[in-house]
Amino acid sequence: MSYAAAFVAGGKVGIKSVFSYVIFGTFIGYGALCHDLGFSLMWAWLSTALVWAGPAQVIVVSTLGSGAAPLESAIAVSLSGMRLLPMVAALLPIIKTPTTRWFNLILPAHFTAASMWVEGLRAAPGLPRENRIAFCNGLGTTMMTIALCGTFAGFELASQLPTLFAAAVLFLTPMSFLVSIARNSKELLDRLALGLGLVLTPLFAYAEVKLALLVAGLAAGTIAYVGARVWRARR
Amino acid sequence: MTPNAIHGALALGPYFALLLVGFLPNEVWRMLGILVARGLDEDSELLVWVRGVATAVLAGVISQLVLTPPGPLATLPVTARVGAAVVGFLAFLIVRRSIFVGVLAGEIALVVGALALGH
Repeated sequence: MSYAAAFVAGGKVGIKSVFSYVIFGTFIGYGALCHDLGFSLMWAWLSTALVWAGPAQVIVVSTLGSGAAPLESAIAVSLSGMRLLPMVAALLPIIKTPTTRWFNLILPAHFTAASMWVEGLRAAPGLPRENRIAFCNGLGTTMMTIALCGTFAGFELASQLPTLFAAAVLFLTPMSFLVSIARNSKELLDRLALGLGLVLTPLFAYAEVKLALLVAGLAAGTIAYVGARVWRARR
Repeated sequence: MTPNAIHGALALGPYFALLLVGFLPNEVWRMLGILVARGLDEDSELLVWVRGVATAVLAGVISQLVLTPPGPLATLPVTARVGAAVVGFLAFLIVRRSIFVGVLAGEIALVVGALALGH
């Protein structure tokens, strides 16, 4: 398979993915938010292309737009972005070859966000190894293009969107993450990690643990890993 | 970087602020991910653990987006948000583990719940 063919294959998976509809809806909400807070369409587009992580983008516009201290919002963005490290670290070893140079990994790493990660992790292992990076780049490009279209639509329609609609599109992200991770959870490890992460994170946040998202994620992921190993060893 | 440097950046305009406040603090984790991935083999136990942590952190993001959401979603009552997530998940389990059905059912439940609770 040529690079172009693998890239197009990634694009096709992207278009068929439920996530593409979710992304379109989510970014309608994001575009409307940018418009309401006084940012330009070009700024909204650039933020989508450069940040490419829904929760982080909402933090950036809402804090910059409300005049909060930029240092605080940079810290908040960085905390929400920490999750990208284990996601990138889990995806890249599956898509690279022994001869892949590091700079060829920059683009797939940049495209890594929850939706692309879930679809890439599911679909890439079914392809020849030398095609996987091109596949992920096609997948990421398609999803980002859809997000840019959604941003545009939301920006232009902002003044006509009812509040309930704006709330409903923001609910698309957690709802789709939840069911898609559940569907991709074929092994005990994934199911334990999902369940424990859902429960421990709010508990840790309620107990005012610092960096609750990260600490709870490390704890839940480690318990899930150990639990799955013990279960495997006993059988 | 000092707070003054970032305040100075904001004065230079929204695009520079986007780079300093939005792009860099987020992208640095992806680049660190490339560094970490260099030492990981596809079949290593370490990678299995990393996948577990990544899944758990993403699950944590879901909880936070439902319990302490941003923007307009926060105007809906927490019972409507949590209830809708549960309804969506049950619909997903019942109807052939379909992501589409799960998301659709969750969205309908959210809107119906919000309207029923007076929004």
